[in-house]
Amino acid sequence: MSDHHAEAPARGEPDAAQGPAPAPGGAAVTPADAADAARLVAFGLQPKLLPARDAEYAELLRRYREEPAFGRLADAVATGLGLVVLEVSPRAGMAVAADEDSVFAVRMGDYARRTAADGGDRFLHGLAHLAVAALAFPRPEDLADDGYIGRITVNGVDSFVRQTCRRLEERAEELGENTDPASDAPGLEAAWRVYARRSATGATKDARRLAGSTTGIVGKAAAFLTESGFLQRTGDDSGGTYRTTPRYQLQVRDMAGSAAMAELLELGVVPVSDGSATLLPPPEGDDLELAADAGLPFHA
Amino acid sequence: MLSVSAPSLSVVTLPAPAKPLVSPAPGPAADEGLARRLRALACTAPLHDLDVRKANLAGEYGVYAMAEVALAAIDLVTLNMDFDTGADHEQIVARLLPRVAAQAPGRPAAEHERVARWVLENLINVGSVDRGFRAIYGTFGPDGVYVRRDYDFKLIEEVPGYGGAVYLRTTDEAVNVLVGALDTDVTSAQIAAEVKLEVLISRGRLADAQLAAEQARYRTVQYAETLRRTLDATRRNVRAVDWLEAVPDMIAEALEHVADRYRHENAILTNIRKARDEAEDLDNKRRAAELVDIVKDCIRRHTQLQSRLLDAGPLFRAEQDRQAFAAPAPRSGIDLYGQLIAPVLPLPLEQATRVTDAFFARGTGLRTPVSVRVADLVEILLTPPVEREHLGVEMPEPDLIATPDDSRFSEEQLAAAMVLLDLPHDAPRRLSGLLAEARRSDPELPYLVALLAVHAASPAVGTAYRQGEERLLFAVDDGTELDDPEFGGADLIVGTALLDAAAMTAARTEPS
Repeated sequence: MSDHHAEAPARGEPDAAQGPAPAPGGAAVTPADAADAARLVAFGLQPKLLPARDAEYAELLRRYREEPAFGRLADAVATGLGLVVLEVSPRAGMAVAADEDSVFAVRMGDYARRTAADGGDRFLHGLAHLAVAALAFPRPEDLADDGYIGRITVNGVDSFVRQTCRRLEERAEELGENTDPASDAPGLEAAWRVYARRSATGATKDARRLAGSTTGIVGKAAAFLTESGFLQRTGDDSGGTYRTTPRYQLQVRDMAGSAAMAELLELGVVPVSDGSATLLPPPEGDDLELAADAGLPFHA
Repeated sequence: MLSVSAPSLSVVTLPAPAKPLVSPAPGPAADEGLARRLRALACTAPLHDLDVRKANLAGEYGVYAMAEVALAAIDLVTLNMDFDTGADHEQIVARLLPRVAAQAPGRPAAEHERVARWVLENLINVGSVDRGFRAIYGTFGPDGVYVRRDYDFKLIEEVPGYGGAVYLRTTDEAVNVLVGALDTDVTSAQIAAEVKLEVLISRGRLADAQLAAEQARYRTVQYAETLRRTLDATRRNVRAVDWLEAVPDMIAEALEHVADRYRHENAILTNIRKARDEAEDLDNKRRAAELVDIVKDCIRRHTQLQSRLLDAGPLFRAEQDRQAFAAPAPRSGIDLYGQLIAPVLPLPLEQATRVTDAFFARGTGLRTPVSVRVADLVEILLTPPVEREHLGVEMPEPDLIATPDDSRFSEEQLAAAMVLLDLPHDAPRRLSGLLAEARRSDPELPYLVALLAVHAASPAVGTAYRQGEERLLFAVDDGTELDDPEFGGADLIVGTALLDAAAMTAARTEPS
């Protein structure tokens, strides 16, 4: 414990921290403080817990914001556990994200079993998460605006991706390309084709969603994100309607979006980002009323 | 002449490839047309396949023409899929049954249903994970290398509908196979079909008109589908789409088209109605009546389309308000669609998976690993399951109030009147006599008898016919005046007519 106490302030801003820290607490960091800091991180690990609903949580958040020494201590505990602190605020709580090799990280193989054997399934599950985020925050402004709450429906996400794939198909047809992949090189198949040829839904014996269908995959993503405290289920229409939480916005903005972007750049693909005027259809999802009962994400 | 010379030419050219081995690849341009035809050919394969595979079914299914049932199923789904959702699975099966039953009338109904379901499920291809079909074909690339390619297609696809239900839609491939109009312009094809119909009707050739009208309806469905997709795309892009000109133009154009079609089809409707009413030949009359139904259906579909088009404007304005007139955000975010999804989808699967994996790893949140203590585990395993309370709260005894019987006549009176009116078919009676007889037993009874007699003046022949009844009460006015202290009017002749129930049943089943 004393190690932490000695090290944590030293790493951050030693002078500024040592100064005010003794003033409220009256002394240097104690084991009790360390326990409190760990407790705050533990609260952060329960993403569905709202600070407004728990007095102790709210109190620890207040301490984090008002006592820099305590704040650094909590950060250190989080870092030691393999967590990244995204934001600490009354609206998001102690928002922490798992580092890539942390014990808290979610692995694709645990997420869906088929993904190990089938490259197509692996892609579809990843794409589903990307598409949920894209529909939840259709414009860059929405992702940047802290007050924005996105709304999605499972069927809406599916028909959105399907529509995009269809456009790519039309474009390939216009160019006269033959997009049918070579039989012996499935990895070279264009990604959109994998989505386009998977059926959107299917009847099952027990009236549940067909797990392998695209709505099944998107539904799984939405349900999983709900468990992560990123989405809240608001209704059953259109395969399930959800709204976003502040944590999801942080996670997508600060972690996932940039990670995916970095990977894309590494592949040599430089996405055009000339601001807002020529934005391609981010507010996508308004088509959904027409395709089955997908529902509009913004007017629901 | 040309068609005669063509095969002989091909006979000459057939051995030719053996000699000039120098240029084995005909080039990508020639191959493209071949590839397109190969794909078109592949779309019909599942239908042929049904007839091949029926031998593998447990039981004797050789009598059923599976390809015919399959084409009928595609027809039914195409005609029944609405603008919003699609066709209902059970409904399609139910409508297929008469055809299947007609193919093997002697077999049990359960087997007919099994065949219908089998065909429908095979058209969806329930067994595969994609629920689609794959055909493999080969082409020469630009560099002369022969490549085998996979062609994936669906004939009937399942789409989500209201309340989580699953509906069926036919795909473009299926519609093309069915209508046989590959690569045709939908608009012009529709106009052509309708002009043809008008001409046919004006010349009175209704049999052909029926066929043309059905084709026109296929076109209408196809057209609605195309428009739905265009509309999908435009309703989405508030900022990318030119709201000043392009979108209103597009909507105006579509509305004009609907109005045009509506006028057109109403004109056709009036013409066919005239044809229907004037037609002498019974067969023509029936055909015209069916035609009226088809055109009405077309009009209904156009009306539906129109209401969709009218909704688009307000939706655009609401989106415009939300997006364009908000205060600018202090920082910038990533354009998830434009900068991630759009560039990722055209990538090869291998590369795209790297990007989605990166997003997945960082974007799914965290899970706290479970750590179990043996002591807890034992306790959990030994805890008896909580008994569920299956029955809810006790139902309150409903408080019933007897309503007073306010009928004018009692059951006994009705029975007495029916006995009185149960006349032998060869001996009709005057109403005056019946009334007098009724009055002798009960002063109220004549009112009931008079009522029944007046009803019999216009007997429900149609109902009796449909229900297969054997006798029918009728009353005829021969001009004699009724001489009665209580009633006035005509002294009706009341009698019973015998209906030939057996012949009626035969006549009923014959036409259908």
